[in-house]
Amino acid sequence: MRVLGISAFYHDSAAALVEDGRIVAAAQEERFTRRKHDASYPAHAVEWCLAQGAVAPRDLDRVVFYDKPFLKFERLLETTVAFAPKGFRSFAKAMPVWIKEKLFQKNLLLRKLETLEPETGWREKLLFAEHHESHAASAFYPSPFREAAVLTMDGVGEWATTSAGVGRGADIELTREIHFPHSLGLLYSTFTYYTGFRVNSGEYKVMGLAPYGEPLFAQSILDNLIDIKPDGSFRLNLDYFGYCTGLEMTNSRFDALFGGRARAPGEPLEQRHMDLAASVQAVVEEAVLRLTRSLSEETGLRRLCLAGGVALNCVANGKALRDGRFDDIWIQPAAGDAGGALGAALLASHRLLGEPRWSTAENGSGGDAMDAMEGAFLGPEYTQEETAQALDEAGARYEALSDEALVGAAASALADGKVVGWFQGRMEFGPRALGARSILGDPRNPDMQRMLNLKVKFRESFRPFAPSVLAPEASDWFELDCDSPYMLLVANVKQERRRVEEAGAPERFGVDRLHVPRSDVPAVTHVDFSARVQTVHPTTNPRYYALIEAFKERTGCPVLVNTSFNVRGEPIVCTPEDAFRCFMGTGMDCLAAGNCFLRKEEQDPALAGEAHKDGFEPD
Amino acid sequence: MKFFAPFRFLREFWGFLRVRKKYWLFPVIVWLLVLGAIFVLVQGSPVAPMIYPIF
Repeated sequence: MRVLGISAFYHDSAAALVEDGRIVAAAQEERFTRRKHDASYPAHAVEWCLAQGAVAPRDLDRVVFYDKPFLKFERLLETTVAFAPKGFRSFAKAMPVWIKEKLFQKNLLLRKLETLEPETGWREKLLFAEHHESHAASAFYPSPFREAAVLTMDGVGEWATTSAGVGRGADIELTREIHFPHSLGLLYSTFTYYTGFRVNSGEYKVMGLAPYGEPLFAQSILDNLIDIKPDGSFRLNLDYFGYCTGLEMTNSRFDALFGGRARAPGEPLEQRHMDLAASVQAVVEEAVLRLTRSLSEETGLRRLCLAGGVALNCVANGKALRDGRFDDIWIQPAAGDAGGALGAALLASHRLLGEPRWSTAENGSGGDAMDAMEGAFLGPEYTQEETAQALDEAGARYEALSDEALVGAAASALADGKVVGWFQGRMEFGPRALGARSILGDPRNPDMQRMLNLKVKFRESFRPFAPSVLAPEASDWFELDCDSPYMLLVANVKQERRRVEEAGAPERFGVDRLHVPRSDVPAVTHVDFSARVQTVHPTTNPRYYALIEAFKERTGCPVLVNTSFNVRGEPIVCTPEDAFRCFMGTGMDCLAAGNCFLRKEEQDPALAGEAHKDGFEPD
Repeated sequence: MKFFAPFRFLREFWGFLRVRKKYWLFPVIVWLLVLGAIFVLVQGSPVAPMIYPIF
């Protein structure tokens, strides 16, 4: 049985193909259209998924959309009535889009499917799943657990903003929901807006900014904005929020409470903004901890699955794990709306069509518990011939190396302090680069973070970078005693790896703290000694594993800096052409694309795309 | 058939309202559809600038 899942029309549209219960392909539309967070119907992603699975459109058994438009419309109307006459302007602004398009999503989807192949009975095949059911399915079904508590948290789906329940075998039962407008995701997004970042895009910047500040406003948030009950349920005080009735997240009462208007994008970051980031981070962590604790008590289960945009908050995830109520936590790597496409497909595949689950716990293949995500390497890949041809056509000068020589050349370049673009195998599904479309560097270099941010990524200097570490050596470097293959858990650098006396320099505040080397791997150690760890496994990414091993042979360090292969505002590269363009438009020194190894100094200077970074709207 | 599409939509929406027991939304949706039809019909006509500021 073949099931296609689709998410679209809000943000991060994507498609996923599941065949006989196994995930065959999944990709976000933005990677093909080169428009970050592209929300349009994922025509390219759908086409690619079908081609990858060698599936003719008529052979699809079901197509599942990841949420229910009528329910969403009901929420919009009821919210407008509840707050009337306030909010009429935002309602009037939203209405034309709904009347023209969103209300008729079923017809729109049918028309798009008809373009794939007409008269294929699409109307009978097209199904709609609830938004949080899709998230829950994306969290539980690919996890390595037979039975687990499931928690999903995001901005809002149809009505639900948080849902909780239990997954057992092929079934998921969601027993608790918190409804709009009470939302942890929207609370966090409100502060994203207030600190001058883009909603639905800049939340991870707030998370990265938080360690530079002190949670001075946390009590004020708890006293005025959110009432969190001991069981983790919560209510927002809507007197301070503008999103129910207006086109902005905050209102004048919010501004008065936090001492001024929202920071405009591009204005300098002040200590107050860092304190605000630290405060909302602390409050959301508290809410997540109360939710996970009550879920643990309620279900008695020792394993937890997470999804929804809030589950990308790896700091909160790390705290939930260290809290000890759950022995193991599995987080869907595409936890945001893109993952909804995968969840919707899995939901139909397992619950409706009764297909078997594919994680090792379920398929009985034995060995260590493995999830069904294939390391999240579910996107397009290019053969050596295709890669070489694309590079030839782009005018690149490269050396075609054997596997071993390529790994050696890249490892030597990294050990020499060079920045290497790493374009290998199938592209990742989800927002993180995990060693298929990555920019890599030497984490021991104290200047690497600043250099990568300013000369390669062209982004804010405060942004931290994540380490990739050989899985067996992770616990020697980080306070982490479990796998974190998807970079979704934050753990501290081990005490013996820290340079405590330097980090304690009391005269430094805010972003100045960045300039103090804090550990043996300063480029991946945040100012609070935390790191967003990715454990690398030979089973899911053998070539990347071999690269880190080769780097360790040369330096003694089994850790690399791993950041996504893109510049600020650009979707992660998908094709060899994208990779070469990005390589030539940034300060990267080398590029390993398939078995082709490129050195910047050997390239034709006329191909240097200095305007590359200007081609994308800052996120 | 394209001609039947609005009727099919209304039938599906009515089914949704019955399941959700939210019949009060039906006049709202009919009103919006009429309004939408007016929008579409007046697009590009001299009436349009007078209608857009209202909504």
